[in-house]
Parts: sequence; structure tokens; C-alpha cells
Amino acid sequence: MNRSSNRLALVPGAAALALSISLTACGAGNETDANADSGSDTTTETGTLSGELNGAGASSQEKAMEAWSVGFQGLNPDVTLNYNPLGSGDGRTQFIEGGTLFAGTDSYFSDDEGELTAANERCGTDIIEVPAYVSPIAVMFNLDGVDSLDLDADTIAQIFDQKITTWNDPAIADQNPDADLPDTPITTVHRQDDSGTTKNFTDYLGKASKSWSYEAEDAFPVKGGVAAEGTSGVVAAVTNGKGTIGYADDSQVKDAGLSVVNVKVGDEYVAPSAEAAAKVVAVSPAAEGRSDTDMAVDVDRTTTEAGAYPVILLSYLVACQTYDTAEDADLVKGFLEYVVSDEGQAAAAENAGSAPLDADTASRAQEIVGAIAAK
Amino acid sequence: MSSTPLTAPPQESAPTQTGDRVFSGISRAAGLVILAALAGVFIFLSIEGIPGLFQDEGAYKGNGNFLGYVDTLLFGTVLSATIAVLVAVPLAFGIALVVSHYAPTWIAGPVASIIDLLAAVPSVVFGLWGINVFAPKMVPIYVWLEENLGFLPFFKAPVNPVGTTILTAGLVLAIMILPIITAISREVFNQTPVLHEEAALALGATRWEMIRLAVFPYARSGMVSAVMLGLGRALGETMAVAMVLSGAGGISFNLIGTSNPTSIAANIASQYKENTPATLHILIATGLVLFIVTFLVNFAARWIVARNERKLTR
Repeated sequence: MNRSSNRLALVPGAAALALSISLTACGAGNETDANADSGSDTTTETGTLSGELNGAGASSQEKAMEAWSVGFQGLNPDVTLNYNPLGSGDGRTQFIEGGTLFAGTDSYFSDDEGELTAANERCGTDIIEVPAYVSPIAVMFNLDGVDSLDLDADTIAQIFDQKITTWNDPAIADQNPDADLPDTPITTVHRQDDSGTTKNFTDYLGKASKSWSYEAEDAFPVKGGVAAEGTSGVVAAVTNGKGTIGYADDSQVKDAGLSVVNVKVGDEYVAPSAEAAAKVVAVSPAAEGRSDTDMAVDVDRTTTEAGAYPVILLSYLVACQTYDTAEDADLVKGFLEYVVSDEGQAAAAENAGSAPLDADTASRAQEIVGAIAAK
Repeated sequence: MSSTPLTAPPQESAPTQTGDRVFSGISRAAGLVILAALAGVFIFLSIEGIPGLFQDEGAYKGNGNFLGYVDTLLFGTVLSATIAVLVAVPLAFGIALVVSHYAPTWIAGPVASIIDLLAAVPSVVFGLWGINVFAPKMVPIYVWLEENLGFLPFFKAPVNPVGTTILTAGLVLAIMILPIITAISREVFNQTPVLHEEAALALGATRWEMIRLAVFPYARSGMVSAVMLGLGRALGETMAVAMVLSGAGGISFNLIGTSNPTSIAANIASQYKENTPATLHILIATGLVLFIVTFLVNFAARWIVARNERKLTR
């Protein structure tokens, strides 16, 4: 009895086994076909470079890096580009330790903790540091009946410090005589997660206003207000609330159709734009004690230059002047040349909404990265 | 038991032996894998997390030490999960009873499948729905609560104009745990022996009394399991809470404000991206706390059920 039922059970089992074998065979067959197809396609384009290029660092560059990766690998199909968005600090550490060929960082290498010296030691020569990603940060708001606001840094700082709590506060009204400001309470929206956007925004508030007493930090320092996850969370919270104000990458704010604050620069009020952001990089003074291959600047948050917008996030790419092997040197050189080229900057602008570097900055960067060579 | 088999005991009836051995091997392996996985998680959390208890003061973001850092998170976790369970459990048992005992089959079937479908919705979708649709729709209700019940500590002004409060997060969690609790309790309600039910009805019980006297006692253990699984999901839910909740505040019983305590899981999700080795240890240590709390809650529930069961059988 038991035996016969066993045998009966075996039959469908064997059938299933046979079926699965034929299925895998079939799948494998398809796969090789597909590989052969794509192989023949790619071999028609001959890339000049090949190999694996590893980098790590600032997560702010992640979206731009996607665009660069697609563009660069399109030009050189045999290259594999890996960028690990660990954050600026870990990116710098990995670069110093020699784990990566290049690094992305929101704050330039400094010698406060000996990082610059360590990085120079790793390379054997002075490091290369070029601006790669400039993104304006917009201060956006959602207030019934008001489409545009002019605010100076002091007022913005007091709003985000919970000192100014209603929209018809005299400090706001004085700068916006034409706006019909309601007595709605102000709700500030900030990032819940640590972010380079927060660091640059608070850096701006600290340097450009007298009313902001906090350090520039990745985590938003003030208690109170609504916290939201990620750029899209902040944009959603500002959009869904009434009387809300927040800060986020300009590109995503524009996509959401929110009203933005014109920030006071000199005697004018300037709206965030790619040109205005690139302009601030161009007029910012070089950081002190830098080598010729280091383009680190101290972003001039207090600039009075007409048409400049100082609330920006500036991120660098860092590499060595020389590498042990010609392959590594060619890869890094090729990639960085692509990134600071018009094409690379345009790709980032399209994918990540960044501001392309202005012509002078880009040509200087091009010259520096063009000199990368093997030891 | 009373009738002794005439043939040899089943272990010695040779023909099924291979199958038996294979099957018992597979089951034993499955059980051991679960235990090993749990132990592995616990060991990982301990090794990586314990250094998180003794980091420099600066790493705790102005909270002084680990206790000061984790207590807010633990409070937020428990509060949001409590709201979720309080809302979801009565609803889930109600739905399960309707499906198993009240509704005609042609309604019960589709209702049950729709509830099961809810379980297949990814939590990110609940998060998106929560922040873009549900939270703004709740704002007028919160305003009403503040105006009429503002004297309670739960409904203090100012109302969060975005609606991203811990009450919203709790309600989103409630919807997320509803299908699990419903599906399991529906199954156990269906398992009630028909004889018990018919006996109760024959003794003159109303339908509610029949459910209370025949179905609930029989299903109690399964109902607790259902609630525990739901509670586990609510305690550990990550993305939906991180996306919906405005969680940068401290311990507060205000359910409709802007500054809410966030949950352990949501905090890990939002802080993990930009971590340093020190903060990573701290985050893993908070994960260890969550692991232990979930364990304790489960044990407590099991113990209560076991005690009640003993009382009943006595």
C-alpha cells in the first residue's frame, strides 16, 4: 500500500524534475543568445579606455554621478565605474587609505585633522581637487496668496530659528511691501536625515546673518518645526502644509512648482538659478595655502556681487597627480576630464539639476586634470 | 491510545522510512536555521552595538549618553506601535468575525481577498500615500481635536499643518498591520469546531454569546499570535514611519504636534546614509534595544496567554 503510493508520488516528481531541467536549459539558451547579441553590438564601438574605476564619497553627487557614469561608460564601454556614496568624511578616509582612485567631498581637504597632509602623502605629490558639482539650494514656501518673497539672511535665520513665528511679522512685511501677508503661523520644514544640503544652508545662515548662533552641521540644529525625510520629503511637506517654509535642492523645488524666496545679495534680491550659483563659485576666494592643482574655494556667503546666489552646495572631486600604473592614471584622467567638460556638466545639470561650472573655472579644472599621468 | 495496534509499531514499518528520515531532517534543519539566524542577528547586534554604548558625548547628538539618546526613540517606537495596535486590533477582529461567522460566503470571500491584498502593498507605497494623501487630509481633524479636546495632553496646539504627526504614523501603521491580524484571526475563528458552536446555539445562546463562549476561548492563543505578529511589524516598520513622521522632537504625549519622537527603525533608516563609525555603532545598539524589546513583549504576551489557559482548564 505504502509502496504503491510512494511510486505514484514519484511520477509527478520525476515529471516536475524533467520539466525544470528543460526549463533551465531553455533559459540558459536564451541567455547565451542575448549575450551574443549584446556582445556583437558593443564591439562595434571601440572604447579607448578599459578597466575598473572606483571612487567613494559625498552622497550629494550621487545623482550627478549616475549621469557621469552613463556618459563616461557610453564613451568607454569597457570601463566599469563604481561610486560608493558613503558620505564625504568616509570618502576622504578611503581616498587617504588608498582604497579608491578618486573621492567626492562636500568640504575640501583641510589640515584641521591632518587630512590634507595624509592625502598628499598617499599621492606622493599635492592632490588634485576640482569643483565638480554646484547646486543652488532654494528656500521655498507655501503661503496662500503669496507667490514671491524677498528676504535677507537675517530674516531667514530668525524664521528657521523659530524667532519669527508669523508670516505678517514686520521683519518680513518691511521687505515685501507689495505682498498681502496673512497672520498664518510659520512652520519651518527641515531635513530629518543628515545632509550636505543642511550643512551648506546652515553655513550660509551662520556666515551671512548675525542672528544664527549654530555651527554648520549635517544635522539641522534647531528643535521645533517639521522634520522630513530626504529632499523629496521636505518638498512634499512644504507642498502639503499651509504657511510652510523649507530648503532643498533648487531642481526639485522647481519641479514641484513651489514659490521660492529671493535672497538679498548686496542691495538686490536674487532668485536661485544655475548661473547665479556658478557665479558665486567664480568670485569666491581660493582657500588659503593651496597648491596649484587644488581649486578649493571658501564659498563667499557674504558676496555682494550682482546676480550671485550664495546659498549653494559645492562638491569637489579629488584625485592624485600621478598614479602607479598607466591604466589607473588614464582612467582617472579620462573620467575627470569628462566630468568638468561641457558635456559632463550638462549631463549633471540634466540629471541632478546642478549648475554647470562657469567657463573660466571649467577651463582651469580641465588643465589641472589633463596633467594626470603615471609615475 | 486504548486500542493497541496488532502489527508492529509504525517506526518499524520499513517502507516509509526514507521519506520519514528526509522529512524529519528537513524540518529539523529548518528549525535550526531559524534559531541560528536569530542567534546570528543577536550576536552581530551585540558585537557591533555594544561599543555604541560608550562613544564620545558628541556622537549622541546633544543627548549626553546612550540612554538619553535611545529613550526618546524607544518612546516613539512604543507610542506609534501602541496607537497602531489599539486601532487595528478591534478592526481586525471585527473584520475576521464578519468574514468567518456573519457574512454570507459570496461577500466573505472577496472581502477576505481584498484584506489580504493590503499585505502585499510595499511599505514605501504606504509612506508615499501617508505623506502625500493621508497626512494632509488629517489636518482638519487635528485642528478640530485641538479646538475641542485641547485640554488633554494629547491634543496640544500648535497643530502640525503638514499632518506628519505620530498619530498619522500610528494610523498608517494600523492599516499596515491590519491584514496580518485579520488573516490569522480569520483562520483561527474558522477552526472553531462546529459542534462547539452548535452546542452553544442549542443551549439558547445568541450569536454574540456563541462567539464569546465558543469561538473566542478556542481561538485565544491564535488571536494573541496575530496581535503579536502585527505588533512586531509595527515596532519594526521602517520606511513608512521615516517618510510619514516628522520625528526630530523629544518625548512628548502630544499626538498632533510638529515635534514627535521618531522610532528606532525609522531613525536607523534616516541616519544610516551619512554615518561615521561611531554613529553606526550607536545605531546598531539602538537596533539591539529594539530586538530585546520585541523579544520581551512577545515573551510577556505568551506568558499571559499561558497563564490564562491554565486558569481556564482548571
